[in-house]
Amino acid sequence: MEAILALLSTAFLAAAFYLLLSRHVVRMLIGVALLGNGVNLSLFLAGRLTRGVPPVMGAGEEVLKAGAANPLPQALILTAIVISFSFFAFLLVLGYRAYQTLGTDDTRAMRFAEPDRLDPPTGY
Amino acid sequence: MASTAAVSPALLEQAMSIAPVPPEHWLIVAPVLVPLAGGAALIALRHRPGAGRALVGRLSILLLALTLAANIGLFLMVVEKGALTMVMGRWLPPFGIAFTADRLGAAFSLSAAAIALLAAIFTRGEAGTGAPAYGPEPFHLLLLAGVSGAFLTGDIFNLYVWFEVLLIASFGLLALGPDRAELDGALKYGFLNLAGTTLFLVAVGLVYGVTGTLNMADLAMRLPAMEGVPAVTLAALFLFAFSMKAAAFPVQFWLPAAYHTPRASTAALFAALLTKVGVYAMLRVLVMLMPAPLEELSLLIAAIAAATMLFGGLGVLAERDLRRLPGFVLISGIGTMLAGIALHSPGGATGAIFYGLQSMALMLALYLALFEAARLAGTPDLMKGGGLYARHPLFSGLVLALFFAAAGLPPFSGFWPKALIVKAALDIGAWWLAGAVLLSGFFLTVGLARAYMLAFWHPQRPPAPVGRGPQTGQAALSARPQKLALTTILPLAVAALAVIGFGLFPERLLQLSGDAASGLADPAAYVGSVFPGAKP
Repeated sequence: MEAILALLSTAFLAAAFYLLLSRHVVRMLIGVALLGNGVNLSLFLAGRLTRGVPPVMGAGEEVLKAGAANPLPQALILTAIVISFSFFAFLLVLGYRAYQTLGTDDTRAMRFAEPDRLDPPTGY
Repeated sequence: MASTAAVSPALLEQAMSIAPVPPEHWLIVAPVLVPLAGGAALIALRHRPGAGRALVGRLSILLLALTLAANIGLFLMVVEKGALTMVMGRWLPPFGIAFTADRLGAAFSLSAAAIALLAAIFTRGEAGTGAPAYGPEPFHLLLLAGVSGAFLTGDIFNLYVWFEVLLIASFGLLALGPDRAELDGALKYGFLNLAGTTLFLVAVGLVYGVTGTLNMADLAMRLPAMEGVPAVTLAALFLFAFSMKAAAFPVQFWLPAAYHTPRASTAALFAALLTKVGVYAMLRVLVMLMPAPLEELSLLIAAIAAATMLFGGLGVLAERDLRRLPGFVLISGIGTMLAGIALHSPGGATGAIFYGLQSMALMLALYLALFEAARLAGTPDLMKGGGLYARHPLFSGLVLALFFAAAGLPPFSGFWPKALIVKAALDIGAWWLAGAVLLSGFFLTVGLARAYMLAFWHPQRPPAPVGRGPQTGQAALSARPQKLALTTILPLAVAALAVIGFGLFPERLLQLSGDAASGLADPAAYVGSVFPGAKP
């Protein structure tokens, strides 16, 4: 089970980095979404993965059952999901706005902040 | 769900802090709570009709002053009593999230609050480019909350969360303007910084996977003693993630692409605070938690440091946009701090901390001054403006002092930490690293001196035909009002005074940096404040 999830996480991350290297903002956005999911899966692996032993304590118990999954990474993932989703939403809007204003989603054509190359200052 | 009454009090005492919190300990979280709550309140107030904007502006300064006061209180308490810890929801570490303020964190948090207040004062007199309802003030507060949280937290996952808080606040600030250049810069900044923090999250997950704890004091006790941990891999991941935040070579290109696009106060705030958070995280995580892997990586970090410094120096030589110039000074400074970290010696860490603290004031003043100079000259192009010295001699003198400090020339603040780092490098025979520090300082001296000659001393040039040269980027540039407002001069003068003061009287800051560095090298006091009675 761990091995499958590890491979899945690797596949997500590989696809995410491939997409992030793209020149088009739309693909980079999909890359960001995949990146968040890949990382969350790897966090999930940091706790144990078990079936049938939920990390819930019954009445009168003071410790978890042996072999129960560690609930803390799952709490971390909840935080990370909220963060990565909100960032994805923000970047989506920013990318769309940039497309509307700049008229392109090709990062090579986005040279507004750093326009043409100017020669270094020469002489006084 | 079992109620707490079912659990025996003895067991409960192991997990929770039963004793009431001493009231003065609330100061540990106040530097985060005040700006966080204040920022949220200001966002709600923003749409009030009529005087809403002016009210938000005044309230933001009041709240930032309050934050600064809380920081001063915390700093004095930490200097007097040593590291202090407060736990969230009374859950004791390593289970609960702890806020631990030691000298390093408290000093960085204090200077961050002072910087944010100065930037907010500058904003009052600044012509904005966005819609009037969307002022930067609430974001200043939220950004400061994220930065202070990163400086004060004692939990490594919580550090990641604060990174994201300051990142989303900085996105907000960058994307406020409607300008094409601003959108372009914000997009690149956004993607690259998000990738950086996500890598940090991967590293945090792996740390939890191998150690089972996220509390920094707990990690400081456990990590060095653990066998068979891929510590160098973890350290390399942290190094890469923090290098991206700090803008170290070869992942620094987002900084010169983005930092010149927003309004002056935003750029100055970013330059003063954000990259320092990356350096602080390196000091905290690599120097304090992972000294052994840092030793192994020190050659790599030294090479990165040298490349960063030289890139910054060459950038200053090649740049002719006044607003992009300080970005390369900033990058060169990051290289200097990395050199201090790479040396892995008390002198190196002291130099890095000293440089970081004085660089906050220096970068704020430098960005504000050069954006202001571009506005006064009517163009950011060095080859087109000119004549500033004849029109504003006092302002020009102030800029000259800042240039000297940035280049690391003696009577100013940049000199001392550079001297410390060069000495520490020569002590261990790393002559090439010392040489890189000096060479980048030489590039900076030449580049900044030439910029000063072209923009300040050169007689004013006739206005050039429109459409050539660097894009103005800011509508405000074309307005060309010739007067300097008090709200402009005051923050500049205060920051410049700090730079000159640190240069003339470095003893106190040197002492503080040295204490902070020894607290990192031997985290016994830090661990002791989180786990009273534990032996590291």
